[in-house]
Amino acid sequence: MILRLARLASLPVAFVLWEIATRRADDPFFPPPTEILARMHKDWFSGPASHLFLTGQATGNIFPSLARLLTGWAIACVLGVAVGLLAGRSPRVADHLAPLIHLFRAIPPPALAPVFLAAFKIGTEMQVATIVFGVVWPVLLNSVEGARDIDPLKLETARAFRLSRRARILRVLLPAAAPKIFAGLRLSLSTALILMVISELVGSVNGIGYLQMLAQSTTDIPGVWTCIVLLGALGLVLNATFLTLERHLLTWRGQG
Amino acid sequence: MTPAAGVPRKAAPPRRSPRRTAWTRTRRGVQGVAAFLLLAELASRTGLVDRDVLPPVSSVLTEAGRLAGDVAFRTDLRATVTAWLLGLAEAVALAVPLGLLLGSLPRLEAVVRPVLEFLRPIPAVAIIPLAMLLFPDALDLKTTIVVYASCWPVLVNTLYGLREVDPVARESLASFGFGPLSVLLRVSLPSIAPFVAAGVRMSAGIALIATVSAELFASGSAGIGTFINTAGSSARMEPMLAAALWAGVLGLLGNGVLAAMEHRLFRWRTAR
Repeated sequence: MILRLARLASLPVAFVLWEIATRRADDPFFPPPTEILARMHKDWFSGPASHLFLTGQATGNIFPSLARLLTGWAIACVLGVAVGLLAGRSPRVADHLAPLIHLFRAIPPPALAPVFLAAFKIGTEMQVATIVFGVVWPVLLNSVEGARDIDPLKLETARAFRLSRRARILRVLLPAAAPKIFAGLRLSLSTALILMVISELVGSVNGIGYLQMLAQSTTDIPGVWTCIVLLGALGLVLNATFLTLERHLLTWRGQG
Repeated sequence: MTPAAGVPRKAAPPRRSPRRTAWTRTRRGVQGVAAFLLLAELASRTGLVDRDVLPPVSSVLTEAGRLAGDVAFRTDLRATVTAWLLGLAEAVALAVPLGLLLGSLPRLEAVVRPVLEFLRPIPAVAIIPLAMLLFPDALDLKTTIVVYASCWPVLVNTLYGLREVDPVARESLASFGFGPLSVLLRVSLPSIAPFVAAGVRMSAGIALIATVSAELFASGSAGIGTFINTAGSSARMEPMLAAALWAGVLGLLGNGVLAAMEHRLFRWRTAR
């Protein structure tokens, strides 16, 4: 009972301690959390009710960031799952691709953000390309594993019932590989957030990373902090949303 | 209907010796790489893809070879490796004791965990702009980002490993009169070591990403990221891609060394 109370109280207590510590220290680099929240409210959440209280700065930067993140992630998911299922079912394909996949996966994706910036010029393509390149590997490798470890009896039964190739893939292969695939998708979602930020920091004309870089270049420290808090909250929300979706989609496995 | 029904059922594949399959795998791997190199080279040479976007692979590889002998680039490589390893070591030195502390005091863990769960989703790269203002020194900036990014897998694995410690071993030692510290040293530490090692290997990849990310912004320092950034400002594709390739080689080497160490050190561990 006391333990549960302590657990519930720990976040508010941490918040208060943070507030007290920052007010005591009075260090310009560490503004008190209330100041950060007030600034977030003023900058982003004090808009008209018709816009769900979002300001122009919020809609003009948070939405483009989210759009890039989700587009890049979706492209990587489709690519990774398609190639992964193919390679998982065909050792020949898997053997041919293995060294390339391992080399490409080892390249730190932020190293390519300037490359894509030079190739695509500034804009959404560059950010989406960075995200896709960075997050396709976990999806791909997990799909390979999921498809490889499928019970052969299932596929043979499907064949015996003369299910079409399409039906075999959609109804047998994909559901059986789904738990592994979802593990890869979740990992890639958090990586996608990191790469969204880095690609926007490297070069962008809008977005959360752009706002943060703008605040940094004008030594607007509370502005930098608001973006850190927003990105943390975004990471939390994305992960929670994904877990809820996963639980709904995978309940048939009796784990829900 | 599909032709699948008419296709004769494949007979069970003949058993192959392990050496033969390994050879087949290598041959196919080499074929795959060769095909990729050839296609990429052709795509660039024939103008299918703009040369400014994708330079011929041969010129990228030549550039990579030239960079390996280049004194300035070697300084960059060394700076990256230094920040990478230093940050990783600091992360381990921070996360393992913290994990041990939280793991041995469940009440403290219950209280601290929500705060940690709140900090964890913050992407380490989001800290870069703040760290740029806080740390004038490039190495400080880089290691801070690396520590923040890479302490999580080690911490999580340490906590997980402590939960897997054999309670019988722990309690028998305690009943023989060993104090909590000796139990920690003789039972807990050896049994969590493989988990910590796995966490370190995971962290190493993340740490390299964090190092290169920080280097993209740590101006006036050495590092692969700095090199790529400088080459990028004049849009010279070959050196950028060659440097990214070397960063990939670093990642492969790091992973290989850590995996080999894990294999050697923990061969005694049969239960995976």
